Order: sequence, then C-alpha cells, then structure tokens
Amino acid sequence: MGNTQSSMSARTVRAWYRIHKWTSLACTAFLLMACVTGLPLIFSDEVTALIEPHVAPAPALAGATAASLDRMVVEAQAKFPSLHPFGLSWDEDEPRIFVNMSPSAEPKSGEIRSVIFDVHTGRLLEIPKGGFSLLEFLLNLHRELFLGLLGELFMGLMALSFVISLVSGALVYGPFMRRLSFGTYRRGAVNRIRWFDLHNLLGIVTLTWAMVVGATGVMNALSTPLFGLWRAQTLPKILEPYRGNPVPSHFGSVDSAVSKVSAALPQMKVSSVLFPNEVFGSPRHYIVWTRGKTPVTSRLFTPVLVDVSTGAMTVSGGLPWYLRALELSRPLHFGDYGGLPLKIIWALFDVALIAVLVSGVYLWLSRRRASVEKELDRLVKLESVPEGVMAQ
Amino acid sequence: MTQPFPFRKVYGPAAILAAITAYGLLSALLGGGVWDAISWVALACPLVVIARLLGRRGRTTK
Repeated sequence: MGNTQSSMSARTVRAWYRIHKWTSLACTAFLLMACVTGLPLIFSDEVTALIEPHVAPAPALAGATAASLDRMVVEAQAKFPSLHPFGLSWDEDEPRIFVNMSPSAEPKSGEIRSVIFDVHTGRLLEIPKGGFSLLEFLLNLHRELFLGLLGELFMGLMALSFVISLVSGALVYGPFMRRLSFGTYRRGAVNRIRWFDLHNLLGIVTLTWAMVVGATGVMNALSTPLFGLWRAQTLPKILEPYRGNPVPSHFGSVDSAVSKVSAALPQMKVSSVLFPNEVFGSPRHYIVWTRGKTPVTSRLFTPVLVDVSTGAMTVSGGLPWYLRALELSRPLHFGDYGGLPLKIIWALFDVALIAVLVSGVYLWLSRRRASVEKELDRLVKLESVPEGVMAQ
Repeated sequence: MTQPFPFRKVYGPAAILAAITAYGLLSALLGGGVWDAISWVALACPLVVIARLLGRRGRTTK
C-alpha cells in the first residue's frame, strides 16, 4: 500500500541509497584530497604573484609594435643550449611572452624552462628558476596523483563516481527529509543527528555547484584522450601530401607564421604557438592557437597550422564539439572566470563540500547495521513512527 | 494513513537554489563587469542560506 502515492517504492529508494553509499565511499578519500589541494589552486594567480614576484614589462606606449619572436627564441636557446624550443605563450594579463624550452617533445612535469620577454621591447625580463614549485606539486597531485595519464583517468573515474553519488544523494534526500522542514539543523541533538542534518543541509544547498565542478572534472580528465582523438582524426589528412618527404630540421620564421595567422583571422588573437612536435602537434607545422576577443569566444580556441618550411597555412576549421565543450568546461571547474570575489565564493563552496564529505564519512562510521535501510523503508511507507529521523 | 510525498515542501527550496546557482555560474561566463557582479550576488545566495540555517538559534528540533 501507499506505493501508488509515494514517488518511489521502498525498494527503489533502498537501491538509490546503496548506490549513494558505495559511490561515495569509492571516491571520498580522493575527493577530499582534491578539495584540499584545489583550495590553494583556486588562487593560483594570487599565490604566484605573492610567492614568485616577477619583473614587470615596460608600460606599452601608444602604437607600440610587437618585437621579433624569432630573436626571443634565439636568445632563449642561448640561455638553454641543451633544450629545444617547445612553444610560445602570451600572458593574458600583461604584455609578456613566455618562450618555453623543453628537453623532449613530451616533457614531464617541471622539465619545461621558460624565458620571459617583454612583448613590445623584446627585452629579456627574467628566467624563473626551475625546480620545485608548490602549486605545480599540488596541481599534479590534484589532477593525476603523479601517475600521468593513468592517474588522470583514475581521477576522472572518481569524479564520475562523485557525480553519481550526488544524483543518488539528491534522490534519497527526499525520503529522508519528508517529515523535516528544509534546512533543519538540530544543534542540540546527539552527534549523529547533527551530522546528519549538516550533511543534508550542505549537500542540498551546494548540489548544483558540486554537480558542475564534478562533471567538468570528468571532462577535464578526458582532455588528453580527447585532444589525442582530434589529432588522430585531423593530422593524417593534413600530413598526407607530405608523405615521403623528410621531416624539416630547420624551422622558418615564427614571426611570419604569427603575422600570417593574425592577418587571416583578424577577429582572433594569437594566444600560443606550439613548435613542431610529433607527440602533441605536427612534426612539420607550427600550431598557432588563436582565441576570440569577446568574453565567451575568448574561451574558444582555434588552431591554425603553418608549414615550418614553406609558410603555407592550414586553418583546420575549428575544433569539434567535444573539444569546444571541454574548453567551456575548464573555467567552470577552476572558478577563475569572474574575478577575485568569484574565487572566494568558489573556496567557500569547496569548504562546504569538505564538510559534506567529512559528515558523510562520520555517518558511515557511526552507522548501526542495516538500520538506515530499515529507517528508509519506514519513511517511505510512512508508518506512524515518532519524530526524529535517525534517532534511536 | 499514507499521504502523498510532499514534493514541493522537500524539493521546492532546493530547486529555487539550484536555479539561482546555475544562473550565477553562467552569468560570469557570458561577460565581465555587470555579469560578474550578478554572478557574485547569485552565488552568494546559497552561501547566505547555509550561514542563516546553521546560525539559527533556539531550534533544537523541528
């Protein structure tokens, strides 16, 4: 009886409860680590500015033109004769350009050395010292547990488990809360009830944020395979006409590649250049990454390939939908797209999520065997039970 | 003895907060300036709700 009127049967609720329990248990430890390491990572820019002060570029004069990139690359090469030019990247906030040098096409974390130049004067500003960086350490732990792609995919699986635990948690929230008013917090009650209230309250209020950060976490974890997929679909076609030709050992001018791309795509801004690279790029092209100039399009990148020997340009026609989705999901994971106030809000949500995780662990550790499921059955059937869910 | 599940009572406030949060998350993505400010206000809502619910005095039971 009653099942026709309650929205879920007791059996369904029990199943969702078990799903909530097991998916939560599977991911809690890693999620806790991700929340704790993620907290300082939200403020990466601020922390970097604080602990690694940098030499400021000269204020740009009106009509200042860009200095030669080729000369910067030569100068960076002279500073690191044993490394190869890996790529260039433009600073989003200041007129600075990073010339990145690497020992191989597939550098490991910490192997890239940057030489920073002033975009307009071309003056070498500084060479950040390599070695240990706390933020890089935290990011590596957060993203891949120091295990490379395997760790990245594992963390993606944990994020997926978290998303399932959120959905199932929201579903069992209903039966648990049917006799309580929204946001009930019984501060004077015994520990278990207080933690139970806290878990429900924080969980339901932060649900949407947690879903977005969890789902974008899954997306981010797939970025390496997704970019690999795009590369595998696109590059063979572009490289087909070159079949049999030797891979060029001398690269033509980056300056002319960049200005050609800027002229061809006036609505875009060049954000980085990847030098010939047989792992992430093309062995015979500069990949010039461009982005739009409006708030939305600035998150969408379009790569342009420029042949390093002939200077011929191939516009790939934009990225496929799954990489567009990935690009849009990045800011929604990092929380770095709305100034410092948004970062602070992000950090507060993160702390609330930590409390949800800790209270969840407490509820599991303090469980009385099978009683939660019995309690759920009772609530679903609405037998006349005394008030006080979860109380003994 | 049985009553229909009080869907509105249980999920109503959660749905409103979800809509406000979603709006706040998207607003800053769509633009700077005013859009950012709207996002701060919207996303502060769930946090204020948490603070108020946890800070409520004299409510030991329902």
